[in-house]
Amino acid sequence: MRAVDGVTLSVRPGEMLGLVGESGCGKTVTALSILRLVPDPPGRIVGGTISFEGRDLVRLPEEEIRKIRGCAISMIFQEPMTSLNPVFTVGEQVAEGIRQHQKVSRREAWDQAVEVLKRVKISDPARRAREYPHQLSGGMRQRVMIAIALALRPKLLIADEPTTALDVTIQAQILELLLGLQEEMKMAVMLITHDLGVIAETADRVVVMYAGRVVEEASVKELFDNPLHPYTQGLMESLPRLETGKARRRLRAIPGLVPNLLELPTGCKFAPRCPKVVEQCWPTEPELREIRPGHSARCILAG
Amino acid sequence: MGRYVLSRCRQVVPVLFGVTLITFLLIHVGLGDPVRAMMGQRSDPEIAARIRTEYGLDKPLWNQYTLYMGKLLVGDLGYSYRQRRPVSRVLAERLPATVRLAFAAMVVALLVGGIAGTIAAVRHNTLWDLLIMTLSLLGISTPVFWLGMMLILLFGVWLGWFPISGYGDGGFTHLVLPALTLGALQAGYIARMTRSALLEVLRQEYVQTARAKGLRERVVILKHALRNAILPVLTLAGIGLAELLAGAPLTEMVFAWPGLGRLLVSALGNRDIPVVLGATLLFALIYLGANFLVDLAYAAIDPRVELTKR
Amino acid sequence: MTAWRQWHLGILLGSVLLAFFGLIGLLAPLLAPHDPYQIPEGLQAFSLLSPRPDYWLGTDLLGRDLLSRILYGARVSLLVGVLVELVVTPVGATIGLFAGYFGGRMDAILMRITDAVMAFPALVLAIALTAVLERPGLLSVIIVLTAVRWTTVARLVRGQVLSLREAEHIAATVVLGAGRGRIIFRHLLPNCLAPILVAMTFGVASNILSEAGLGFLGLGVQPPTVSWGSLLAEGAVYLTVKPWLCIFPGLAITCTVLGFHVLGDGLRDILDPRLRS
Repeated sequence: MRAVDGVTLSVRPGEMLGLVGESGCGKTVTALSILRLVPDPPGRIVGGTISFEGRDLVRLPEEEIRKIRGCAISMIFQEPMTSLNPVFTVGEQVAEGIRQHQKVSRREAWDQAVEVLKRVKISDPARRAREYPHQLSGGMRQRVMIAIALALRPKLLIADEPTTALDVTIQAQILELLLGLQEEMKMAVMLITHDLGVIAETADRVVVMYAGRVVEEASVKELFDNPLHPYTQGLMESLPRLETGKARRRLRAIPGLVPNLLELPTGCKFAPRCPKVVEQCWPTEPELREIRPGHSARCILAG
Repeated sequence: MGRYVLSRCRQVVPVLFGVTLITFLLIHVGLGDPVRAMMGQRSDPEIAARIRTEYGLDKPLWNQYTLYMGKLLVGDLGYSYRQRRPVSRVLAERLPATVRLAFAAMVVALLVGGIAGTIAAVRHNTLWDLLIMTLSLLGISTPVFWLGMMLILLFGVWLGWFPISGYGDGGFTHLVLPALTLGALQAGYIARMTRSALLEVLRQEYVQTARAKGLRERVVILKHALRNAILPVLTLAGIGLAELLAGAPLTEMVFAWPGLGRLLVSALGNRDIPVVLGATLLFALIYLGANFLVDLAYAAIDPRVELTKR
Repeated sequence: MTAWRQWHLGILLGSVLLAFFGLIGLLAPLLAPHDPYQIPEGLQAFSLLSPRPDYWLGTDLLGRDLLSRILYGARVSLLVGVLVELVVTPVGATIGLFAGYFGGRMDAILMRITDAVMAFPALVLAIALTAVLERPGLLSVIIVLTAVRWTTVARLVRGQVLSLREAEHIAATVVLGAGRGRIIFRHLLPNCLAPILVAMTFGVASNILSEAGLGFLGLGVQPPTVSWGSLLAEGAVYLTVKPWLCIFPGLAITCTVLGFHVLGDGLRDILDPRLRS
């Protein structure tokens, strides 16, 4: 089974790329495979290239990719509740990554860890560092996760649904923190989410995924102004908006279920749920075409 | 911490009380007349009556019990009928051998079981996994004393590597076979538990976080995963210790190990009631003490456990 | 897919092993090549023979065929193992149900008793109890093992009930006004059956081992009846000179217990989807 097939993504330094799609569409697998963290078995990377500063991560020896993980490329996961090890203090968990990649003493690593905790705006970081994850709130833990990821000033940060598990008010704080830190460190960020609202507020460019494929790619403004793929259009219509002047619009959900990756149609993978489906959608899968400069879509009706 | 120890001690009292009561009743009702057992063939009613008065056996049972408990509170376990000296001294002589054996067996169980279980989990679904799981299944399916006999045959009689019975001068070689025998069953259980706990932990997200930090796989498993997987294993080890102690009499019989277990079996045969009572109590105490240690270890490893609450 | 094949293999292997020993026990009179109890005339010529064509596993001190005695021993060992579990399970389950369902003082008292019995080295209690029952024998073995083994099931069922009591579908029936009896027998008990069944399989294994231990200490069934434990007790004396007297009865115990363990593992895998690897 191919969870992810023929996905091409690129992120430039200082850019925030949004990766959107419903759960189960292959966003997380894509993210994990960048750092080769897909559990094997059952998962395996069968082909493709992941190019980072001129090096192909797919073909790098294990020892080399290990030196990149957590140092040049970092990751934040969805569940702050379960992503931190319950039996170590948060300070230890931040310091551990620092000691792994830098030749510093235990003491220095700890001091740096406290410094990083301060940078992710944890109050009283010296005291918090000595606490265990269960003593912290969800938002606090996600800040710790961010601290672990950013401790070594990575060039690329992959944030997999960093706010999904949090309360709405906390979500905004965490996003703001991420944006601020990106600005400060000039790093590239790949923000994975199912929430177009989050994308609209933060990302520069957006990639929409469906059933393990990229179906549309554009800058945020272009995508929201002019969505080309029926799936993207569906996502937008399911998004509540504060609109003044115009008549209130009904919220619409995309009909049908997230497809089973084992039973995909041969043609366009979205065809079974597509409101605009035509005869030609079924036999062959459309290519991802550039419809306008910097805006491509995988749909025969586009353009 | 101090409060916790105190509250634990308070919990132990009713259990010990229950243990004494059950044993006392069972033994006095069941073991038959200790005086007749002591005197053997010659039955002089006059001497028998004198012995009875001397040991307080002519009093009603409830009276004997309160007397016994009264003395117990000040640490007096009474006199052995057979050895004619304080039970506490008899027990004190035998205790070190049993503690040594049980401790060595538990170390064997934790080391062998822990390492084997870890290898099986890391090499999940390989030949190693299958081999280790088969061996641990055999370990938990073999009667303790029979395993002892087979080890005697193999390493003692045929290969001649280790002495097959007795305590020797207390050296290491005499300890090897009994410890292996007594530890094998628990090693099997611990290997199985370690494997399944580790497999479960390896699926957790914090393991992925550790990998994403760029840690070596060895560190991920030995530090992040094992530290969490050890918690359920510890719980099992606590229960296992009870089973291990229960197996001690059998192992001590097979290897003629001069411990509490053998003392207990022979005291039962001799109708030496005070010794039986004392040894049983001591076994229960060892068990409770060990479980207390397991709880302390649990709290030391898992920061979520607070000792004061419970 | 692989998990499915694993439990399948486990259940198959366990069932085959157990069916083998079960049949041996059932058909012992037909299968046994010699009388297991009769001491042959001209004893000297038959005493302690090594394994040979007419005595596959050799003979004991009294010239009796070891194979025949192991076949008959299967009856006692399996009977004790299964029977004790059949007595212990309802007793333990009832205690666990009461403790878990009513909670409070009832729970505290029942669990203190359970703790006390568990703090007792099982074999010590067994020895003491056997002494009470004056003459050891089949009945005493069963009573003794019952007295020490109910705690496992009681704890298991209590734990299950405690977690189930909070479960939504049970809470719903309480809201709908179902009576206590109905809740216990229609809702709580059925939900405990799968873990109980698994525990019973492991329990039988444990009983067989305990019976062997009692038999080894001479507290099991008494001659002329034989069990695997008593065979080992008789054989232990000749361990270094006639090792087969010990090796074969022990192998029989190990294989049977192994069968129950393999079966139990398989049952747990199919009955508890959460544990499937």
